[in-house]
Amino acid sequence: MLELIVISTLNGVLFGMLLFLLSSGLTVIFSMMGVLNFAHASFYMLGAFFGYQLTRWIGFWPALILAPLLVGAVGMVVERYGLRQTHKHGHVAELLLTFGLAFAIEQVVQMIWGKLPMDYRVPALLDFPAFTIFSTNYPAYKMFMLLVSVTIFIALLVVLKRTRIGLIVQAALTHPSMVAHLGHNVGRVFMLVFGVGTALAAVAGVIAGPALVTQSDMAALLGPILFVVIVVGGLGSLPGAFFASLLIGLVQTFAVSMNGSLASLFGPLDPGIGPSLLTDVWNVTIAQIAPILPYVLLVLVLIVRPMGLMGTRET
Amino acid sequence: MRKLMLAALALPVLALPVFGTAAKAADTVKIGYIDPLSGGGASVGEGGLKTFQYLADEINAAGGILGQKVEIVPLDNKTNPQESLIQAQKAVDAGIHYITQGNGSAVAAALSEFVAKHNSRNPGKEMLYFNYAAVDPILTNEKCNYWHFRWDANSDIKMEALTNYMKGVPSIKKVYLINQDYSFGQSVRTEARKMLAAKRPDVQIVGDELHPLLKITDFAPYIAKIKASGADSVVTGNWGQDIALLLKAAADAGLKVNWYTYYAGGAGGPTAIKQTGLDHQVFQITEGVPNGGHQAAIDFEKAFRAKVGMSLWYPRAVNEMRMFKAAAEKAKSLDPVKVAAALEGMEFEVLDGGKGEMRKDDHQFLQPIYISSFGSRTDKEPFDEEGTGWGWKVAAKVDTAQATLPTTCKMKRP
Repeated sequence: MLELIVISTLNGVLFGMLLFLLSSGLTVIFSMMGVLNFAHASFYMLGAFFGYQLTRWIGFWPALILAPLLVGAVGMVVERYGLRQTHKHGHVAELLLTFGLAFAIEQVVQMIWGKLPMDYRVPALLDFPAFTIFSTNYPAYKMFMLLVSVTIFIALLVVLKRTRIGLIVQAALTHPSMVAHLGHNVGRVFMLVFGVGTALAAVAGVIAGPALVTQSDMAALLGPILFVVIVVGGLGSLPGAFFASLLIGLVQTFAVSMNGSLASLFGPLDPGIGPSLLTDVWNVTIAQIAPILPYVLLVLVLIVRPMGLMGTRET
Repeated sequence: MRKLMLAALALPVLALPVFGTAAKAADTVKIGYIDPLSGGGASVGEGGLKTFQYLADEINAAGGILGQKVEIVPLDNKTNPQESLIQAQKAVDAGIHYITQGNGSAVAAALSEFVAKHNSRNPGKEMLYFNYAAVDPILTNEKCNYWHFRWDANSDIKMEALTNYMKGVPSIKKVYLINQDYSFGQSVRTEARKMLAAKRPDVQIVGDELHPLLKITDFAPYIAKIKASGADSVVTGNWGQDIALLLKAAADAGLKVNWYTYYAGGAGGPTAIKQTGLDHQVFQITEGVPNGGHQAAIDFEKAFRAKVGMSLWYPRAVNEMRMFKAAAEKAKSLDPVKVAAALEGMEFEVLDGGKGEMRKDDHQFLQPIYISSFGSRTDKEPFDEEGTGWGWKVAAKVDTAQATLPTTCKMKRP
């Protein structure tokens, strides 16, 4: 039992950190620009594919730097020629633009790389078990993922809360004309923020690519859960996203490890009832509903605490 | 400039549907390939499409079927039954009389019903459904249908063969079942429980897991659970990314168990097994093995790999297309009604050698089945998988007679 708890905690933290890696960029963009970027998971996918391709050409470590820069550049182009134009029509137009963009990116990726999973491997340097606990190995690569995730969290917090850049960026959201009058180019600030946000998604992509599958549906697989993370954490709150990621990672992992069902709690149903919807519900285990739990959490949070765990405004 | 960039972004989206529909020609026989070409099942669907296109080319190079060229029309169903019905209707509208599908038994059940309904409402415009991989037993039992033909051994037959093999392995003591949560996965789990209880009452089932179909990105928690259960063997019907990711997570965690699988050979599976270092500890059950030693199969595998660049996952697709041609030639017609009559009860020398038969009672193709393990190779195993250097080795061959189960089908013939 202890073994399962320890290992589930570890797995939950690891999965949670991956979620945070992914949602950090989304949170940055939302809190700084007020844009809910539906295409965020697509930038993550783009990062994974760029990372895969560059790894083939120049190796993993240069790819880890270069791929996010490239994706960040794509993001800046999207902001400069897409979002900035739609901005004057309000948030719905921006939302629809990113929504459409997600499909466009998926199609482009499919056209270039096809639909088969890529053979994207963990770099040899990190391809060994970091430690073994209860005879379960923990790959060094996952530890590296954890490290990157935590580093990004701290770096972002420091930049946003403790530096002049953060100050200007935050002011640009609430008082754009004042910031402009002070001599800052507000448009460029937004462009950079969007670029940084998408580059963060790409970092997640380059790193998660070898750990999960690099395939053209990877955006669709992880996209929905990102929104759960930022809504539960509180829209626009970086620490909120951090803790929500951990929470969701742990909830999901622990739920999978549990076998309880209504039947095990109250005993099996009278066999006379026969197979029906009730027997289905009765016999479903917690493990089976694990993947939907985050979404249940999303609904609950929206009802009970609409500003999320650490958010400051209503969703 | 701005407009140009927008157009450049929009172009791929607009262009796809236009180029997606293949050009029509008068004297071709078209086969609608309804399978996932996007979403989680895309990797498998794409592999199947390439296989069928290769087989069509092979037939066309030899003069086609009754002088008509074969054309495969790809129809993306996203592994979704509703979407499949839309695609099937599209096939009907395009004048297609033959459809083939394999991924997902829920899809297969929907299509089988669609075809039956269509044929009873549109006499003279019948269509046939060739199933090359959906293995839910129900399709050739309770829900059997005259217009449906299945070339893959159904899940019960596979489990029968697999448990017959496991019966002879005394080291199996604790078995863990992990399957996808839908009709096929559920039938694998029930049959495994039933057959193991009958054949190896001493074996303990220490876990029985169902997880959502093609939605899991990280199997680490499931692997932790398998490990905690103390299982020495895992039985799974997982396919597509669900088996590849499951094995990958096992490799990462260093889980050392024997794997008895239906589809470990799918995309990504072999790579993951090589990573785990489980030399000849992952078993798969198929109707053909590249390293089976049958000369015709070896030649085919060589030519197929050279041209398509992947290994042959579906020897049954080869049997399907070749039998289709043989049946049409026997009936001297491409009329689906006559082809169906010719297919019933037809005997056929399968790709990997040995006799197969399309059983008349339920349209289930009966054929020899192989259990093979994946690992290091000797001179007798010329083919490796996914560049790993490892390959499949036959562990046991189950002849047609032993790979047969009775059917409860009461076929309604037109």
